[in-house]
Amino acid sequence: MSIEETEQEIIEEFEIFDDWMQKYEYIIDLGKSLPIIDEKYKTGDKLIKGCQSQVWLHSELKDGKIIYTADSDAIITKGIVALMIRVLSNHTPEEIMNAKLNFIEKIGLTQHLSPTRSNGLLSMIKQMKMDALAYSSKLES
Amino acid sequence: MSEAKTILKTSIDLKKIRADFPILSRKVNGKSLVYFDNGATAQKPQQVIDAIDRYYKEQNANIHRGVHTLSQEITIAYENSRSTIQKHLNAAYSHEIIFTSGTTESINLVATSFGKKFISQGDEIIISEMEHHSNILPWQVVCEEKGAILKVIPINDSGELLMDEYKKLLSDRTKIVAVTHISNTLGTINPVKEIIELAHAKNIPVLIDGAQAVPHTSVDVQALDCDFYVFSGHKLFGPTGVGILYGKEKWLNELPPYQVGGGTIKTVTFEKTEYADLPLKFEAGTPHIEGGIGLAVAIDYINEIGLSKIAAYEHELLLYATEALQKIEGLRIIGTAKNKASVISFVVDGLHPFDIGTILDQLGIAVRTGHHCTQPLMQCYEIQGTVRASFAFYNTIEEIDEFIIGLNRAIKMLK
Repeated sequence: MSIEETEQEIIEEFEIFDDWMQKYEYIIDLGKSLPIIDEKYKTGDKLIKGCQSQVWLHSELKDGKIIYTADSDAIITKGIVALMIRVLSNHTPEEIMNAKLNFIEKIGLTQHLSPTRSNGLLSMIKQMKMDALAYSSKLES
Repeated sequence: MSEAKTILKTSIDLKKIRADFPILSRKVNGKSLVYFDNGATAQKPQQVIDAIDRYYKEQNANIHRGVHTLSQEITIAYENSRSTIQKHLNAAYSHEIIFTSGTTESINLVATSFGKKFISQGDEIIISEMEHHSNILPWQVVCEEKGAILKVIPINDSGELLMDEYKKLLSDRTKIVAVTHISNTLGTINPVKEIIELAHAKNIPVLIDGAQAVPHTSVDVQALDCDFYVFSGHKLFGPTGVGILYGKEKWLNELPPYQVGGGTIKTVTFEKTEYADLPLKFEAGTPHIEGGIGLAVAIDYINEIGLSKIAAYEHELLLYATEALQKIEGLRIIGTAKNKASVISFVVDGLHPFDIGTILDQLGIAVRTGHHCTQPLMQCYEIQGTVRASFAFYNTIEEIDEFIIGLNRAIKMLK
């Protein structure tokens, strides 16, 4: 499934929610179900510092595709992180670098991307793309 | 506003007051706004908004410079604002009131200018464990530059300063003490008069960070005998971008200018500059004119209600909210000082403050979550952050009820 197709799938899933509560309950459930990052990767260099919630991100290359794992100390952030991983993980560095990630706006979570100091999500997307860039130059060389 | 079901002892005309603050009638996420983030910034009454509006429509000109009517009119208005602030703080002279951009700039000004002249290798500066980063970093920079040492007054579990430890810290090397009047995170009201007396007994000057105090309590700088008192306009129902540094005349005369430029001089040649007298010596460049004017209007506004009435009413809100919060299982209030302003920080077992804040926001309830720019304090309590509700005189018992319902809902969703 392409990145855009997964995004579309998520948008459709969110369309069935009648109100914000159902939406957030779903995100909270996703947060609870996110496979937790291997403890050995929960180190300072994997930590993306937000002002309030923290995110640990680990990426590795497998058969030319990037596999992401992550964790956060805040459950809502973790739920959104789970969505990001579902969309971006298991794709080539090229595809990840070019991803527009319009689904965040479409499912009404733009506030979590505002460039305030409130969370590490924006930083996480940047880091996911930076990792992709690093792997892509590694693959080229 | 319906009659509060709790019998409030303080009579305050909430209906009229709330009508003065246009933002309080707006909806957030489809719900009526409950604004409990007053510690971050307070809302503005129509009177302040009108003053800013009038300034740009009718009064705009540069101050202290022109011979023309507009410039003269606005210079008088601006200087009248300075006098209003002087009277409000009971400062001895209006030239002891320096307009700055806010608390942060006021502290940077004192730390930099005082540090330049009076701090040297091995000297000591005393702050406290509950300081806002704005009252830590400027002193840290001075210490790094001069090889001075930062000493920190510790606190007890309730969030009160350990005064015996403070006494021990005061030494022959102490050059200045800088502490907060009211903690932005804990709400603790510090015994600033005693702090100042103890320092003065050793001829040490004291700066008081009044950012969180001025909206809740009246301040008399002469009675306190503080050497410097600083605060921001925006937390006092005035405009953003303006703040105050009160300094005793003798100190302000001794300190070198902080920033220099237009307005700060008497004569300039390429060889030598003679600086202007107070307060202009510290007010380089065109100031935040409408800010200064708006701040004085805000001060007039709160004085019309009366700060003692405001303090009494807010204390009732604090007690009501504290009692309600204590009933929630797994909730722990951070900061339980005997003497407290209307600020409540708390954590809930197993839940992240960010998550609670996010759900409350969906319900139209604005609280602050995080470390509140007091990371060393968070380290002291061994927590990542708190949820903080901070009340102003326009908040109501009914809003606290809404908040408690919302909080219970958030906890249920997140657990």
